[in-house]
Amino acid sequence: MDQFLQLLVAGLATGAIYALAAIGFTLVWQTSQTINFAQGEFVMLPAILALAARDLLHLPFWAAAMLATAVFLLLFGVGFKRFLVDPMLKHGVLPLAIATMALSILMKEGAKDGYSAQAAQFPSMVPEGTFSLLGAAVSLRDVAVFVVAIAAIVALQLFVTRTRLGRTMQATAQNPTVARILGVRVERMILLTFLINAGLAVFASYLISPIYLAKFSNGEVIGLSAFIAAIVGGFNQVRGALAGGFIVGLVDNLAAAYVSSGYRTAVPLGLLVVFILFKPEGLLGRREERTV
Amino acid sequence: MIRRLDPNLVVIAIAAPLLWFIPVGFKAYGLYVVSLWLVMAIAAMGLNLTLGYAGLKSLAQAAFVGIGAYTTAILTKNHGVAWPVAFLVSGALSFGVGVVLGFPALRVKFHHLAFVTLAFAMFVFLVARNEEWLTGGVYGFSNIPRPVIFGLDLSRALPFYRFVLVVTVGLSLAMWWLLRSPWGRAFQALRENWMRAASLGVDIRTYTLLAFAIGSAWGGFAGALYAPLVEFIDPAPFAISASFVMLLTVVVGGSGFFLGPFVGAFLSFVLPELLRATGGWYLLVYASVVLILLVFSPTGILGLVERAREHVAQRRAAEMRAAARPMLEGSEAR
Amino acid sequence: MKITFAAALFATVAFVVPAAAEDSVKLIDVIELSGAGATAGTNWKNGVDLAVAEINAKGGILGKKIDIAHYDTQTNPGNTRAAVQRAIDEGTYVVLGPVFSGPIGASMQIAQKAGVPQFVGGEAASLTKQGNPYLFRSSLNQADAMPKLANWFRDDLKAKSVAIVWVNNDFGKGGRDAMIPELQKRGIAVAADIATESGQADFAADAIKVKGSNADAVFVYLNEEESARFLRAAKQQGIDKPLVGETTLLGAKVIELAGDAANGVKGHVGLSVDAPIPGFKTFSDAFQAKYNYKSDHNGIKGYTSVWAIKTATEKNGSFDREALMKTMHGFRISPKDVPGILIETKWNDVGDVDRESFLAEVKDGRQVITKVLPMINP
Repeated sequence: MDQFLQLLVAGLATGAIYALAAIGFTLVWQTSQTINFAQGEFVMLPAILALAARDLLHLPFWAAAMLATAVFLLLFGVGFKRFLVDPMLKHGVLPLAIATMALSILMKEGAKDGYSAQAAQFPSMVPEGTFSLLGAAVSLRDVAVFVVAIAAIVALQLFVTRTRLGRTMQATAQNPTVARILGVRVERMILLTFLINAGLAVFASYLISPIYLAKFSNGEVIGLSAFIAAIVGGFNQVRGALAGGFIVGLVDNLAAAYVSSGYRTAVPLGLLVVFILFKPEGLLGRREERTV
Repeated sequence: MIRRLDPNLVVIAIAAPLLWFIPVGFKAYGLYVVSLWLVMAIAAMGLNLTLGYAGLKSLAQAAFVGIGAYTTAILTKNHGVAWPVAFLVSGALSFGVGVVLGFPALRVKFHHLAFVTLAFAMFVFLVARNEEWLTGGVYGFSNIPRPVIFGLDLSRALPFYRFVLVVTVGLSLAMWWLLRSPWGRAFQALRENWMRAASLGVDIRTYTLLAFAIGSAWGGFAGALYAPLVEFIDPAPFAISASFVMLLTVVVGGSGFFLGPFVGAFLSFVLPELLRATGGWYLLVYASVVLILLVFSPTGILGLVERAREHVAQRRAAEMRAAARPMLEGSEAR
Repeated sequence: MKITFAAALFATVAFVVPAAAEDSVKLIDVIELSGAGATAGTNWKNGVDLAVAEINAKGGILGKKIDIAHYDTQTNPGNTRAAVQRAIDEGTYVVLGPVFSGPIGASMQIAQKAGVPQFVGGEAASLTKQGNPYLFRSSLNQADAMPKLANWFRDDLKAKSVAIVWVNNDFGKGGRDAMIPELQKRGIAVAADIATESGQADFAADAIKVKGSNADAVFVYLNEEESARFLRAAKQQGIDKPLVGETTLLGAKVIELAGDAANGVKGHVGLSVDAPIPGFKTFSDAFQAKYNYKSDHNGIKGYTSVWAIKTATEKNGSFDREALMKTMHGFRISPKDVPGILIETKWNDVGDVDRESFLAEVKDGRQVITKVLPMINP
């Protein structure tokens, strides 16, 4: 029982990270039909940038992290949209999706050649240790990761539903044509979603890297999990991505503990296929009206 | 009516004898790389049918190469089956699995299909890794024999390369014929507008499955050559990242162009070897080249070439129109 | 299509490589500089470079300077094969590397066919069972290390049950397959048998499973980075049983990455810069001075391999590959004669090495040697 409880907590912590990545993913998808195959690398890179800034510019860590955040938002929030999505989207969704695959290789190799091929320690921003809950030793860090990630998501949700800017952004996401007729500056709203995506990625990166260790190849698992989370939860709903993230996190951890360990990586993918075949709109998603 | 000779056929006819003789001076490593290029081009040719002609996005082509490679390795090494038989079985097995995998393609489209095939590719990888009794598992499958065909011993690098070349030309011609047949036109109709294709009486179900299955069979054929080429296989070259590279290969070369797979495979498999001397940087160079190329020409390298050719043709046509105008005007005046 | 022809021409130029100059001897190192083996490969490469620099400074081998080149394999067997083939085409005297057992398995036949000796860093038991006379290890065979560890589980830890955490590649599986029968022979139960993925990042579930198994001790057999991640997860999930490993778990990089979580880890190490052998200290200082970090066992493997090649070649008096192969079998080098070999080393007739080895423990972020184990056949 206490083993199950521990798995549950660890699963929710992992799931919260997946949810952060998946939410950005769905936002970008909604506003510009961008399937970002580099989403995992988006989560990998900020931590590497922060370490590089610390080591190469000899900055204190907090300053390096802030600089890395700014650079990342500029390059992969604004730059990603301006220089990759905008010129490619007019050619259709497929070439853009494939370009993001190339981007993922570029980011991975850039991190490897530019910083290090080896894993590096990343300072933890949350406390370490364990505490006792119903007889189980629960990791303090798991709880902290969960709480911080949820706080970020709640803040995002509040922004989207309670502020004028947020509501406009959501309206744009749901129907850009109508939004444009109503006088919304659609381009600016789309840019905002790209910035939020990059921001969430930075957040996830700083939370996960102390556990995973900062390494250029970290994005592979996170990216795939974020996809699965987005599809399982529903591609067009922030709530869906959140639910999907937790489901995948839990399934990951439970599968690792209870499924024949050689095949455990197949379990989340099996879940994905079941959803695609029988409930392609996802758990909480709407059926797509737009033809893709 | 005299039909113009298809330029693709002309290229094959010129390239084949050149490729037969050019690598004579190569050492074993050079021959290995050129052979790898042809083998991967075969696999890409299959994916080009699925993606480029029929418009179905698959992220499992490397898994089919794996199915073919393991089938050939097991049959030729453990059971002493002759290579040509193993080759056909590899293709047939991939075809069969392709039909089964094609069924989801009937239900779902676009990105969802990509993810179903991705899950399948992961599953194939896991089976190859975990079922040690069959595949050698993580230890891999070593000492795969190179074939002896019609008494010709192909174990040395040059004869084996030429053998790969012959098979490649054969499979290219088969694909060329297939694409010009009514089937091929149906595949293209599927890509352009499947609703219209359906209304014109194309049997969508059958052709979708066929496109998938034939594309997969070419993957299996490539695998049947890959195993004896490398003489060692383990699960790594058939992992999902390899399927991603396969897809990039087709798109970079120019998806939907007959010769696109050869150009793409050159960029994905030969260029990295040429750039090996640059240390660890070659993947960075490769990814940058691909990205820049895609931004400027989403239809790949051959798309770029065709655009240039059209541009020239248009200018020439414009010149001819300009030259013809006085005559036309003259005739109008009359 | 013109592109292809131009490329083919380019390829012709690139592939028809010139022979090496006569005043130097070419050594090509085919090594994991990226991918899962990057940590091990980088250490190996630096060790090789250090030895080459020292040897060249003293006049080279038989008066010829070593001309060293490193080719990255990305820890991929197919690439390794191509790189080994290329190294042989370019006339390398000996192939150095790789370190990971899978890529070694994929490439060793090529070197054997070409009659080129290959010095590798792999531990997998299967490598030297294939009757390849040109293959030489630089580290102990897994199959020799596991009985030593199993004895220790029984005699020192008094463990009745052991949980095994291993990485699902040829290295991890080979270790696990060698360890389980050794434990069973000694009446120790396997409480949990947990496979993890190569490159896995999240070890929380594995650590929880280990904890749930209530084993008396845990045997951790993972690659460097995964070892560090597992140790951190074990600490997070409150595992308080002894964590025991073989060489990698006590490596300098693992200790650096795992931080506090590495303290208390115990195990067997084949080679270690912290071992009480004077040669290791000299090597470690030189390595630290040149690369500004502490070498792990892979650095020693690469370093000693180059010295072994030099010693055997000078004994032969020529750069004859077959003679080198023959000399290496049954060859014994002592640091008294060749300081660069660091520790008394013997190669047997299948290319396995025999050396003293060590039991160690991590204390305050440092590897401390607790016991020296003798050579198997001194």
